[in-house]
Amino acid sequence: MTDEQQAPDPPVFDAVVVGAGPAGASAALALARAGRSVVMVERGPFPGAKNVYGGVVYGRVLDEVIPHWWEQVPVQRWVVRRSTMILTDTQAVTLDVRSQAWGAQPYNGMTVFRADFDSWLAQHAIDAGARLLTSTVATGLLRDGSGRICGVRTDRPGGDLRARVVIACDGVNSFLAKEAGLLPRADATHMTLGAKEVLALPAGVIEERFGLGPHEGLDIEAVGGTAGVPGGGFLYTNRDSVSVGVVVSLNGLAASGRRPEDLIASFKAHPGIASYLKGAEVKEYSAHLIPEGGYSTMPELATDGLLVAGDAAAMTLAAGIWLEGVNFAIGAGLEAGRAAATAIGTGDVSAAGLSGYRRALEASFVLRDHKRLRLAPDLVLSDRMQQQYTKVLCDIAEDLFTVTNPQPKPGLVRIMRRVLRRHRVRWRDLARDGLDTARTFR
Amino acid sequence: MGRWADISFEARMATVEFRVSERAHIVVDSDVCRSCTTKVCVHACPADLFAPTADGGILFNYEQCFECGTCYMVCNSEGAISWTYPDGGHGVVFRHG
Repeated sequence: MTDEQQAPDPPVFDAVVVGAGPAGASAALALARAGRSVVMVERGPFPGAKNVYGGVVYGRVLDEVIPHWWEQVPVQRWVVRRSTMILTDTQAVTLDVRSQAWGAQPYNGMTVFRADFDSWLAQHAIDAGARLLTSTVATGLLRDGSGRICGVRTDRPGGDLRARVVIACDGVNSFLAKEAGLLPRADATHMTLGAKEVLALPAGVIEERFGLGPHEGLDIEAVGGTAGVPGGGFLYTNRDSVSVGVVVSLNGLAASGRRPEDLIASFKAHPGIASYLKGAEVKEYSAHLIPEGGYSTMPELATDGLLVAGDAAAMTLAAGIWLEGVNFAIGAGLEAGRAAATAIGTGDVSAAGLSGYRRALEASFVLRDHKRLRLAPDLVLSDRMQQQYTKVLCDIAEDLFTVTNPQPKPGLVRIMRRVLRRHRVRWRDLARDGLDTARTFR
Repeated sequence: MGRWADISFEARMATVEFRVSERAHIVVDSDVCRSCTTKVCVHACPADLFAPTADGGILFNYEQCFECGTCYMVCNSEGAISWTYPDGGHGVVFRHG
């Protein structure tokens, strides 16, 4: 009570959400729906202006908050073809999955431009009553006399925003989570760099080249093909362009001496990729960091007066065959907004009062998937997986389909023995990594 | 420009919209950089904003920055690179991110 009497300015908003990306817009949407006053602070001129992603937005998480979202979402293409490629310099082994069910209700994945998608989602929050302040940087946390977080400073003149709860959805570099002591200043070990080109290609050419119908899309995720730098490449189709790029370990990139755009060029020149891109010209080049460390690198998600969601909380799932982020940001943002609304309702916005956020995430896919797949990021970017197993798999596949008449077929076991010896992989390591993989993906 | 480059770096960067701020949001302390043997920022920056100088320091641009954070993350000398976001409404604007 005395604190409130001493404080010169009472909170203007129930909550201030920093960042109007998928996490922030979802948090604001949940708060506004709960009847709470909320403002989103976005440093770009519009939501999505600063954002880059790597392929597919999985929309089912929106079912509960935006009924029939698929009828209004600014989609580029519905992904009906999902290819996972293992690449060496001259080989490719591809698992190509196609399902027409993914191109109809309730849909599975879509390709989007973040400028469109993020603005669309933020508009839903606005329609529900949230306010959006664009072109505004949240430059720091406001604290009351007792040191409790009570809002944010902004770079607007007189731009302090007081609120009962701050939700940091300010992305991979989250300076707010860093200021609160929740994230380390820099963490190159658990970061990857995504670098991307959007290449213009007529819709008809895309559909012919990739075997797609008018609204159908393809997403290729590749391991390798990045000139020996740990990571992989991706290629996905938009309506009349394709997005192609690489995602590489930041430390691997640092050690390699290679330039990011060289790695994109290297991936684009791979014989398994090059023919897809013939005649396509660069429309936009972009780059963004990705927090790929997963569960074990997540910060504390709640402290007094503050919640963290999305990339700011390292919620991107990078688990080899699954690469998802936007859906995790939405799922976490919604729970952050709900937990904040509940805490505001009870009047306890301390870490304890906000602890419902973590409990909700533990019950949802956000932390259940992350916890289950917590060993995957290290496994996928490990030296053996990156340097040896890609070659082993490609050589086994190649030998399996190489006919060396007049010699009879060698048989799979002999091929495997030969290939493992060639790449100096010991059966013991293979067995252990196989077991780890099975345990990780069980 | 790399061996594979099919487009000049200038043309590549010309595809990106930047609303350049008066204020530089990256500040490099070249005195710190002079003792750095790796200068990883020079090749890791996807926008190629860092250039080594003859006296062992670093010359930097901030105008065409993607605001990704690679430079300060890979920098192994604390305090060499001060990095904040550009002022609100400024900096990179991705249309197809």
